[in-house]
Amino acid sequence: MAEEHYLELSENPVQFEHASSVNNVFFDEANKQVFAVRSGGATGVVVKGPDDKCSVAFRMDDKGEVKCIKFSIGNKILAVQRTLKSVDFINFIPDYPHTEFTQECKTKNANILGFCWTSWNEIVFITDQGIEFYQVFPDKRSLKLLKSQSINVNWYQYCPETAVILLSTTVQGNVLQPFAFRNGTMTKMSKFEIELPVIPKPAKLSLSERDIAMATIYGQLYVMYLKHHSRTVNSPGAEVVLYHLPRDGTCKKSHVLKLNMTGKFALNIVDNLVVVHHQSSQTSLIFDIKLKEPDCAVNSHQPVLPARSIHPYRIPLSGPAAVPTQPPVPCQLYSSSWSVFQPDIIISASEGYLWYLQVKLPPTVHLLQDKGKLMDFLLRRRDCKMVILSVCSQILEGQEKASLPVVATVFDKLNQVYKEYLEAEQSYAAATESGTSRGGAAQKRPVRTQAVIDQSDMYTHVLSSFTERKDVTHKFIIAVVMEYIRSLNQYQITVQHYLYELVIKTLVQNNLFYMLHQFLQYHVLSDSKPLACLLLSLESTYPPAHQLSLDMLKRLSTANDEIVEVLLSKQQVLGALRFIRSVGGHDNVSARKFLDAARQTGDQMLFYTVFRSFQQRNQRLRGNPSFNPGEHCEEHVAHFKQLFGEQALMKPSTV
Amino acid sequence: MASGAQEKQYTPSLLSFFIYNPTFGPREGEEEKKILFYHPSEVEKNEKIRNVGLCEAIVQFTRTFCPTKPAKSLHTQKNRQFFFEPEEHFWIVMVVRNPMIEKPNKDGKPPAIEYQEEEILDTVYGAVVRQCYSMYKLFNGTFGRAMEAGGVELLIQKLEKFFYRYLQTLHLQSCDLLDVFGGISFFPLDKMTYLKIQSFVNRVEESLSLIKYTAFLYNDQLIWSGLEQDDMRILYKYLTTSLFPRHSEPELAGRDSPLRPEVTGNLLHYGRFLTGPTNLKDPEAKFRFPKIFVSAEEGYEELHLIVYKAMSAAACFMISATVELTREFCEQLDSLVGPQLTLLASDICEQFTINRRISGPEKEPQFKFIYFNHMNLAEKSTIHMRKTASVCLTSVHPDLMKILGDINCDFARFDEDEEIIVKAMTDYWVVGKKSDQRELYVILNQKNANLILVNEEVKRLCATQFNNIFFLD
Repeated sequence: MAEEHYLELSENPVQFEHASSVNNVFFDEANKQVFAVRSGGATGVVVKGPDDKCSVAFRMDDKGEVKCIKFSIGNKILAVQRTLKSVDFINFIPDYPHTEFTQECKTKNANILGFCWTSWNEIVFITDQGIEFYQVFPDKRSLKLLKSQSINVNWYQYCPETAVILLSTTVQGNVLQPFAFRNGTMTKMSKFEIELPVIPKPAKLSLSERDIAMATIYGQLYVMYLKHHSRTVNSPGAEVVLYHLPRDGTCKKSHVLKLNMTGKFALNIVDNLVVVHHQSSQTSLIFDIKLKEPDCAVNSHQPVLPARSIHPYRIPLSGPAAVPTQPPVPCQLYSSSWSVFQPDIIISASEGYLWYLQVKLPPTVHLLQDKGKLMDFLLRRRDCKMVILSVCSQILEGQEKASLPVVATVFDKLNQVYKEYLEAEQSYAAATESGTSRGGAAQKRPVRTQAVIDQSDMYTHVLSSFTERKDVTHKFIIAVVMEYIRSLNQYQITVQHYLYELVIKTLVQNNLFYMLHQFLQYHVLSDSKPLACLLLSLESTYPPAHQLSLDMLKRLSTANDEIVEVLLSKQQVLGALRFIRSVGGHDNVSARKFLDAARQTGDQMLFYTVFRSFQQRNQRLRGNPSFNPGEHCEEHVAHFKQLFGEQALMKPSTV
Repeated sequence: MASGAQEKQYTPSLLSFFIYNPTFGPREGEEEKKILFYHPSEVEKNEKIRNVGLCEAIVQFTRTFCPTKPAKSLHTQKNRQFFFEPEEHFWIVMVVRNPMIEKPNKDGKPPAIEYQEEEILDTVYGAVVRQCYSMYKLFNGTFGRAMEAGGVELLIQKLEKFFYRYLQTLHLQSCDLLDVFGGISFFPLDKMTYLKIQSFVNRVEESLSLIKYTAFLYNDQLIWSGLEQDDMRILYKYLTTSLFPRHSEPELAGRDSPLRPEVTGNLLHYGRFLTGPTNLKDPEAKFRFPKIFVSAEEGYEELHLIVYKAMSAAACFMISATVELTREFCEQLDSLVGPQLTLLASDICEQFTINRRISGPEKEPQFKFIYFNHMNLAEKSTIHMRKTASVCLTSVHPDLMKILGDINCDFARFDEDEEIIVKAMTDYWVVGKKSDQRELYVILNQKNANLILVNEEVKRLCATQFNNIFFLD
């Protein structure tokens, strides 16, 4: 069985001192920092972030049990909540006074549920009676209330990426009120109601904080609601309901993810995929909300892949104490001590690890049989390039060889993305060219994602090796390359010369010259100088290539010199002369070149004609039939005299 | 011309056509054995022997002058004979009666007959004879093959069967330069549609792996050939002069029109077999297809020829004759190809009309021309009307056609590029141009034209019609 685990924990987890009676552990989603607070901070606080730069260690006075501890953005100010009524602040800016200062919540009798930093010096207190938005002045060691709003709050959620706070209100808790924060302003967004599976009577808090999560998927903010299976409603399992939360406008229920299972679940977002962990089966499911399900109702989604567990993980015994011979210990996955945070964080406080969840693409290839769907899925993933290219190779070779319609579908999907990128590049180039005059916001340069698979990628990684294979029929090879060219044409992408070369090479190797001829006849292989030269080189094995090549050079209309060269090399001196005259290049050509060729034919009359023709040209241009020294024709003048005598030379006209 | 009686004109016609092999009856008294086929068959035996003997003698005699190039034709006052040796010792002879004019004579005397012995061209009828052989070979393989398989008896049988019908379809009066070229008319098509057709052919060949070669035609013009050029040339001739006209005439006539859409699954399509079964649903339907012989790496290979048509698009599928074709296969082909080909046909039609519109309403060209490229056998003629099974209509006077033929003979003599301008009767001018492997013949009708004007006109034609090829002025 091939590798099937398509989810894995990051290889280098953030390690911290595990939670214990003397060590409290906190996680800040905004800065992705883990705080290990020993003895209320008296014996040390160790902060570990995703990279070493974010790691800090310090001490603070033990002033009671820490309920919540977070740095402002950039580790400038530390906020610590120890009581229900107030939050303490400590400056971490050098040269600023380090002594703590305190802010009590403004609302009387309110309890602080928690706080969130929205910038380096702006903080929001969430109390059970509303929210308070403050600006912190570290130099003055004081705070200023910017705005507040009173509202009954059951619990809250914060999405640091978008700086949106979601409050659970009403008795049942299912009316959610979002607030957005930006540059000192607080915006109340429109509230919305989560449909509960059953309405409890009498009313009581029915929507748990655990069943709601916020995350951005494909650049849009969604509220995810884990709707548990209810026995009264006839549904086969739990669902995740996604509510799209636009910055302006109302929140709408947009997607339903069918879990087909019941039990305890947790959610993550990885690479724009919704990952649903199921504890009792110890497996996870992934959903792609952009993947259309043909056989489902609008915006209802089935898992992309069958449920699989996260790849087994072994805890390396690191540090100086580690004995090299000691094998790493397997880590218990889906442990009840795991905490899951958005978007992609899994923390085991009891073991002292923070992992990032990752999607591994190679195993998905075998789990998703429908290649078109697989491509749709892969093209939206971050590190997809090599996997996509390997799928392309796979469908062309070996046992999993796909049929031509499938190959065509895959090519079309790749080229659609490729085309979109090319178009974006083009309009960017056009905008920057005329941009200075028009002003306004400068257009952003389009980002080339890994999903952009261009012709050179296809050539290097797929087609060149595929066309070399001995176990594939030439018929299939030609069909595939032509299919790729067809797809490029369909998306109006200019086909690169090396693809044509590949077609020609394959046709020539198999003596299929007549096919080549027909392709050229219909201009399927677009004109170019290199292609024309390639055709010329085929002339000895396939004489008509000569005509094809000349036609192509003619159509290019920038290759008149080449045409002359070809004709001269064929000793068609008169033809060359007539041609250059017809395109008006007669005055500038090198007489020597023509005379050389004429002399080589051994045809004296031809030499005479050509020689006289150039004398006439000289006469017309310079009023004198003789050649300039720079033309290096002395040798031919001598030859002419020798053949036809001095008197045959054209004399300067005496007008 | 005061009298009511008028001159009567007779076009060239077939007098006799025979095939012999001198080695089959070398001794006296056995001469009859040499004759493998003789048309008309009712000719008396001794006359057949005499005529064959005469041909034999002429060929033998002329060989002394040029051993490598035996005689090709014999000109006499009343007729012209054409000799062709397609395989060693096998000779095909065609005797054509010269065109003639019957002039009524006064005084009740028998009319005077004037033979126009110079009116017919060796190149044209020589090509006709060669075509006869190629066509026989396409459906039967070489003479040698029949000999190997069943001796002289089989060969005689095959020749009888083939030529009895084929000779009736020869229309010697309408043979002209196009028969010399034996070219292929290609359908003009944009790149994208062409690639779609490629894709279609490749997909069909992949899913019906029995198919060895495919050819694709639209409007009786070739778009794609998987066969080699020479095989395609004769197959194209067969399709366009025999098979297609046979099937289009009833359509045009409107009687029992076969153009009823077929429904396969939920797809409507207009596909039907032109060879093989006429109706797949008929339980008595026979799944026999004509067999053709094409060149292969070792000699020849025998293939079933399936011609399948949807609207104006026709696809020829060729399958090794060693395979027996079944009802299942035909049904599979019908359901796979029918809908796709129907779609493709309407695509091509649409694309073609768009291109037409872009290039502007085609003005009635002042000049009529024939173009031929020896390299890809591409021919284009604005002189010829649509060919039907019975006649090939030209829109110009036969005298002009003959001038074209004469110019062509001149071109054939030399390798060099040439240009010939002829002033014909009334206001006609005929221009022949040869550049590398291409030939162009233009007929102009302009009052008071002169050499320079005609030359300019032709240059203009080349610039508009042939600007994408290298055609020396």
